Amino acid sequence: MFIDPHAHMISRTTDDYEAMATAGVVALIEPAFWVGQPRTYVGTYVDYLSSIVGWERFRASQFGIRHYCTVGLNSKEANNEELAEGVMEWLPRFALKEGVVAIGEIGYDEQTALEDKYFRLQLELSKELNLPVMIHTPHRDKKQGTSRSMDVCKEHGIDPSMVIVDHNNEETVAETLQRGFWAGFSIYPSTKMGNARMVELLKQYGGERIIVDSACDWGISDCLGVAKTAKLALESGISNEIVHKVCYQNALDAYGQSGQINEEDWLSPPAIDQRTLFEGNSILRGGREPHIQAPGERRSANLLIE
Amino acid sequence: MSDTPASLLSAWVAAQAPDKADWVSESLDVIASGRSERDLHIFLGMAPRKLGKSDLALQSSDLATSHAARPDWNPSGWSIDGAARVLALLVCPNNRPFSERFKDLRRTSDLAEMIALYRGMPLYPEPETLAFEAGEALRSHIKAVFEAIAHNNPYPRDYFDEHRWNHMVLKALFVESRLAPIIGLDDRANPELARIMREYAHERWAAGRPVSPELWRCVGPFAEDAEALNDLERALGGTPPEARAAALALSASPSPDAAALLASSPEAARIANGSLSWDVIEEAA
Repeated sequence: MFIDPHAHMISRTTDDYEAMATAGVVALIEPAFWVGQPRTYVGTYVDYLSSIVGWERFRASQFGIRHYCTVGLNSKEANNEELAEGVMEWLPRFALKEGVVAIGEIGYDEQTALEDKYFRLQLELSKELNLPVMIHTPHRDKKQGTSRSMDVCKEHGIDPSMVIVDHNNEETVAETLQRGFWAGFSIYPSTKMGNARMVELLKQYGGERIIVDSACDWGISDCLGVAKTAKLALESGISNEIVHKVCYQNALDAYGQSGQINEEDWLSPPAIDQRTLFEGNSILRGGREPHIQAPGERRSANLLIE
Repeated sequence: MSDTPASLLSAWVAAQAPDKADWVSESLDVIASGRSERDLHIFLGMAPRKLGKSDLALQSSDLATSHAARPDWNPSGWSIDGAARVLALLVCPNNRPFSERFKDLRRTSDLAEMIALYRGMPLYPEPETLAFEAGEALRSHIKAVFEAIAHNNPYPRDYFDEHRWNHMVLKALFVESRLAPIIGLDDRANPELARIMREYAHERWAAGRPVSPELWRCVGPFAEDAEALNDLERALGGTPPEARAAALALSASPSPDAAALLASSPEAARIANGSLSWDVIEEAA
């Protein structure tokens, strides 16, 4: 069983859901993010948040995967002040929805004053609602941006155990762990972290407070990032216990602090969920052996479309 | 004094979550005072956190009282948090048009919340102003949202025009939803729906796909001409559930030819003695 605690499924296909379920992903977390182009109306953003708390949750359930999300104003769009002000008004209404496990992903992109302003406002919101925070660390000037994100959390009196600092790499991980934050790693080709590098980090740091995710989105990325990393780690001699922690348990513990994600949700879902979300679903709780299969292979396997 | 839907919901929630009864009644008092819309938002968000999501524990006597409070209101299958959420909408002050408040809540609702909002439709004030909102639920691709309106809910029977009614019944088949739980299915049968259903059956047959036996329930009362009877004859020769459905449909037809066709079916005896009904067509005798 795996959890992918960072996956932008709104940008992915049904093939991906199917592949994730087959590979053993039982639950995933979809952080609110920049969809590849800026939104120009507050209403578009509201409908986006509504999609990830409702529609996408339903779509995932069709494949036997439990879907959770985080809500927030991302760093790029924080630079559009008019939009940002509007979104901030709506955020509290979404933060208490079912399955919202954190405020996120928030933080810095270019580290502008506006990004800083809305990052801080959202940290305060997380404190008020007692929700964990998922931090997106910047691609550029990463090391300083990551340190700064943690400094600001401290400044606002946020307990590091409530904060997942995501998109870590070899240069940022030591500080993140040493300061008591959860360290997320996005197995994302070319730009963030590769899984062979990830295995080396697991050898060095073990499994405490480390969380592996795919961050799969609209770019060239792999929805099987967690499952493939687990496989590679086991083949490289990393213990079952460490793999279980970084590909499942740590995410559950970190985001479980919201009270909105529980193992029971997929091991024995409440009757109402079974009726409304998983009715007739044969994939869920099947106890099948996880199997990694790329979408392309499955696409070509069947000629007939009925 | 007789029960109202609000008094019943309140009693059921309190009985099932006695340690949260004070929180519920205090929160509802604040909502009723009209202090701020935010109080309603917080209550709707907190309901499952405080009350859980278990099914509303109802006795058969509760269903009798629910029918008395609102004709054909059937809260079976509701959850405790859903009941509390609908209750909150019922105690809201009359300080803005109800459909406006409903739309505002529906726009930001999560799945369970949306289902609860729509299940409450037969209970709300100004029900005739909710036509657009009902349409939004029917257009949903989420089956549970569609069924929150279509199943065990007297709102469509009471307020839908014929066009919307017919398309709701047709869509139920498209999303593989049952027809039997639709309240008013027989009362609102009409020739246009019978035509739509027969054409849908032809489409399915042409594609080599199965036809839901329940479809024939909407056809029977209007099956008078030879083409319609041909369709029922074909269904009579289908799977056992299809044969039972076709027999029931024939028994509802006013045509003497239908009676003759039915007489040839082994199901005729079961219809005569009352042991075959639409609720049991999937079950063997």
